[in-house]
Amino acid sequence: MNIELLPLTGVRSVEGEAGDFTVHLTQAPRYIDPEKCIACGECSRKCPSKVSNDFNAGLDKRKAVHILYDQTVPLKYAIDAEHCIYLQKGKCGNCAKVCPADAVNFADTPREFSVRVGSVVLAPGIRTFDPSAFDSYAYSRIPDVITSLEYERLLSASGPCQGHVLRPSDGTEPKRIAWLQCVGSRGNNKCDNDYCSNVCCMYALKQSLVTADHAHGEGHDQAIFFMDVRAHNKSFEQYYNQAMDKGVRILRARPHSFLPGEENRGVRVGYVNEAGEPLSEDFDMVVLSVGLEAPAEAKQLAETFDIKLDHWNFALTDPFDPVATSRKGVYVCGGFQEPKDIPRSVMEASAAASAATAGLTKGRGTRTAEREVPAAVDVLGEPPRIGVFVCSCGINISSVIDVQDVADYARTLPGVVHVENNMFSCSQDTQVAIAEVIRKHRLNRVVVAACTPRTHEPLFRETLEAAGLNKYLFAMANIRNHGSWVHATDPKGATRKARDQVRMAVASARHLAPLKEVTLGVTPSALVVGGGVAGMTAALGIAEQGFAVHLVERETELGGNARMLRVTQGRFETAPYLASLEKAVRGHAGITLHAGTTVADVEGFVGNFVTRLDSGTELRHGAIVLATGGVGLKPEGMYRYGEHPRIMTHQQIDAGFMDGSVDPKALQSVVFIQCVGSREPGRPYCSRVCCTHTVESALHIKRTNPDARVVVLYRDMRTYGQRELLYKEAREAGVIFSRFSLDHRPVVDVVNGTITVTFRDHVLQQDLTVEADLLGLASAIVAPDVNGLAQMVKATLSDEGWYVEAHSKLRPVDFVTDGMFMAGLGHYPKPLEESVTQARAAVSRVTTVLSRTEMTLAGTVATINKAKCVGCAVCWNVCPYNAISPDEKGFAEVNEALCKGCGLCAAACRSGAPDLRGFTTSDIMAQVSAMLG
Amino acid sequence: MNAATKATRPDAPPADASGAVMVVGGGIAGMQSAIDLANSGFKVYLVEHKSGIGGVMAQLAKTYPTNDCAL
Repeated sequence: MNIELLPLTGVRSVEGEAGDFTVHLTQAPRYIDPEKCIACGECSRKCPSKVSNDFNAGLDKRKAVHILYDQTVPLKYAIDAEHCIYLQKGKCGNCAKVCPADAVNFADTPREFSVRVGSVVLAPGIRTFDPSAFDSYAYSRIPDVITSLEYERLLSASGPCQGHVLRPSDGTEPKRIAWLQCVGSRGNNKCDNDYCSNVCCMYALKQSLVTADHAHGEGHDQAIFFMDVRAHNKSFEQYYNQAMDKGVRILRARPHSFLPGEENRGVRVGYVNEAGEPLSEDFDMVVLSVGLEAPAEAKQLAETFDIKLDHWNFALTDPFDPVATSRKGVYVCGGFQEPKDIPRSVMEASAAASAATAGLTKGRGTRTAEREVPAAVDVLGEPPRIGVFVCSCGINISSVIDVQDVADYARTLPGVVHVENNMFSCSQDTQVAIAEVIRKHRLNRVVVAACTPRTHEPLFRETLEAAGLNKYLFAMANIRNHGSWVHATDPKGATRKARDQVRMAVASARHLAPLKEVTLGVTPSALVVGGGVAGMTAALGIAEQGFAVHLVERETELGGNARMLRVTQGRFETAPYLASLEKAVRGHAGITLHAGTTVADVEGFVGNFVTRLDSGTELRHGAIVLATGGVGLKPEGMYRYGEHPRIMTHQQIDAGFMDGSVDPKALQSVVFIQCVGSREPGRPYCSRVCCTHTVESALHIKRTNPDARVVVLYRDMRTYGQRELLYKEAREAGVIFSRFSLDHRPVVDVVNGTITVTFRDHVLQQDLTVEADLLGLASAIVAPDVNGLAQMVKATLSDEGWYVEAHSKLRPVDFVTDGMFMAGLGHYPKPLEESVTQARAAVSRVTTVLSRTEMTLAGTVATINKAKCVGCAVCWNVCPYNAISPDEKGFAEVNEALCKGCGLCAAACRSGAPDLRGFTTSDIMAQVSAMLG
Repeated sequence: MNAATKATRPDAPPADASGAVMVVGGGIAGMQSAIDLANSGFKVYLVEHKSGIGGVMAQLAKTYPTNDCAL
C-alpha cells in the first residue's frame, strides 16, 4: 500500500538534485474509471475495433478497449484512444452501453502532476532486435521465419494458439523447427549489435526443450544453429545437456541462406557443417533468436534525467558501482544496464533499491502509511452467526447461475443468520455495507460466494478487520471461475454446483477459529560472514542504511579472492578499488570487524538470531548474510599441473602479473587451456568467469608485447554481454582461438624443461604442437566446504556445494529460511561486478527485515498435538522451512516464527498429530462431508 | 486498493522528499525494486507507460532453467 502505481504515465521533466528531486509527470487518460471497473470484459467483447496485439507480438488482434493480459496489474480495462471509434469519430460507444459498472468515461483527460522524491530508479527494460530490415534473415519475405518472441507467444498457453504451436503460413503444426542464434548480436556488419545478448542461447534451448516435450508422433526435429553455446549460469550447463539428451540437434554452423519452401511454406536452410560440407535442410519453421537492445525510450530518458549512455544506448555504469548512473541520485537496474537474464535483473533491482536509499535514511518511514485496525471482538464460545454474500459480478455470475436461488438456499444452512445478494461484492460501497452488516447482525463468520480468493481474499479480510472481526473468520466460494465461467452452457448444473460450493464454505466457516498473529521484535543489526568483496560490500551497505553490522572473516586479512584478481571487465584495476573498500569498511563506526575467527553456533530465527563465535563473543542480530566465497580449483593431475613452474592457474598468473614475476615482455609463446575442471562429468557446471579472465590476460600480454604468440584453446567462448567486445579485441590483436572437444583434448608435455601443447586445429583438422613458455590453466571455481556453517544456519547446499536460493529467478539472494541472504561466489561463480550487485541486493533484502521494529507472523501455522505424537521424525524431515524440531522429550515442536503454513507435516504424519490452523483436518473433513451430504 | 487504505495515505504535498523514491518501469526489475523500497520504509511511485505492469517477462511462456511459468 506504499507503492503508488502510476500506469499510462510518462516523465515530462526533472528538477532538483539527489535527495530532493521534483519529477513532473503526465498520466494519459484511461477512459475507464479504475475504481469502478470490475474487469468483467463485457466492454471488450462488444468493442468492434480490432487492433494488432503487441502483447502477442502482433500475432493476433485485441480490441481498442483492452487489458494488456489476464494477470496484469491493475486488472482494469483501458481504451486505446487512437483506435477507439467513439473517441475518433464520435460513433459507437458500445462499451459504455454494456458496462455493468458504469465505468466508461469518454470525457477523461490527461492528468499533469508532480511528485517529490529523494532518488530515482530507472528500470525501463529492453526491446528485442527487429530483423525485418535484414534480407539475409528473410524475416520479411518468408512467413514461416519468425522471431523468438513470436515463438514464445505461440508456445504460451495464454498466447494466440493456446500453446499448440501453429505456423503462420498455413496454420498447420510445424514438426521440424530450426533456431538461428545471434540474430542482432555478436556482429556489427549491418547495424546489428557487437555485444552478446546474454539470454538467447538459454531461451533457444528452453524453446526447443519445451517443443520437444510437446512433440508427439513421428518426424519431429529441433535444431539449433549456433556459434558458441553460452550456458554460463547456475544449472544452465545441465539444462544444455538435458536438451541434447532429449535429441535437440546443436549444430555449430552459420546458415548462409534461407529460401522459401514450396508455395512459400516452410524454409530451406543452406549451411556448411563443421567438416566443411555444404548442406541444405528443409524446416517447417525457422525461429530467429533475436538479441536484446536498449529500450526505445532510452535516449529520451537519458535526456530527461541527464544521465550518460554508452554507445549502444544502455545506461553507462562502472563495474565497481554497477547500479549507479552518471548522475548522483539516479540508479539503474535490469536490461537497461546491460542485456541480462531474470535472476540478475532481480538482483540488480534489489541492489538499486539499497543504493537509492543509502543517502535517504532520515526519510525512512516519514511518508509511509500503516493501516489502522480496530481491536477484534472476542467471538470465542459464541455459536456461529454466519453471513453469506452472494455476488452477481455484474452479469458475470448471474447470467449463468441463479444467484437468488443460491442465496435462498444459503438461508437454509445451519448457522447462517444473514444472506444477501450483491451486484458486486467487491465494490467499495459494498465493503462499507458488509462491515455495517457484520456489526448490526453481530456476525462472527463471513462467507463470500464470488470469485477467487487468490485475488480477493485480502480485500474481504480487510473488511472483516475494519468491522472488528478476526480476519481468519472468513471463507470464500469461487462460483465464478469454477462456476459460471466454466459451466456457461449449463446454467442449471452451475447453479447446483454453486449451492454445493456455498454449503461447503458454510461448513468450513462453522469450523473456523480466530487466529492470533504473533508479533516479534527485531534486533536491528546484521551478521555478515565473509570478508571478501561481497561481504565487505554487504557490510558497508547495511551500515550505510543505519544498522549495526558484525563482519566475521576467518582470515586476519580482508579482501578474499579479489586480492588475486588483476582487473575486471578488461580494464578496471581491482587493487585500488579493494583498498578503498577495505578502508571504508574499517573506518565505518557501524561495522564491528571480527577477523581471524569463525562462527561456532547460530540459534534463533528472523529478527532474533543469536550467534556465538569461536572467539567466544556472542552476537545478537536480526539478519544474516553469507558471503563465504569460492575457491580456485588446484588442477592436480590435469595438463601436467605442478610439473613445471610455468604451468599456472589464472590466479597464479594474475598474481605474477601484479608482483612482476610474470613479465609479458619476456613471453614469446603463451597457451591458455579453458574449462579445466569445469563442464566435466564430475563437475558439470560452467565457472562463468574463466573465458573473460583468459581474454583479459591474453589481451594484457598482447597490449604489452604484440609480438608474443598467444593461443587460447577453448570449448565455447562464453564472453557474455559486453565482455564479447574483449573477445573481439583479442582476436583483432592476433590472439589465436582454437576450439577443442572433449574427445580431442589438448595434450601437454614437459620435455627437458620445455612445455609443449598438442591440439587439433578445427579448421585444418590436423594436430599441431606448440612450445609454450607459459601455460595458463583456466581452472574451475569450486565451493569451499561450508557444510558446518550450512548446518548451523539450516541452509541447503546444491550437489556442487553452492547455497540454494529460495527461488532461482525471483528470490536469487534469499535463503528459504527468512532473514538469511547470500552474496558472491558462495551462490555461484561470478565476476566481481556481479558479486558487488548481489551484495548490494543482500543489503536491500536485509533492510526489508531490519527496518521493521516488529514483525507480524501469519496465523496459519502448524500445531502439534503432543498426545498423538510418537516422535517418528517424519514431520521435521519433510518440513522445508526447518520449522519443526524435537523438544526435550523427543516430540515434535513447531517454531511458529519459521512455519509457513504449507501443511506438509499434517499430510505426512501417520498419527495425525500436526494440524494446520485455518486449514484444520476437521475443517477439511467438514467440507468433504458437506460436499457428499 | 480500497478506501480504507487510501484514506490513511498522505496525499497532501509531502514535506520531505527523502521519504520517497520513484521507479520508472514496471517490468520484473522495476517491480522488485519497488517492493524492496516499500518494504524498507519508503513511499514508492511506480511509473509505467503502459496500462498495466508486467513487462517482457509476462510475455514469456516459460522460464529457464526450471521451466516455470513466467506469470
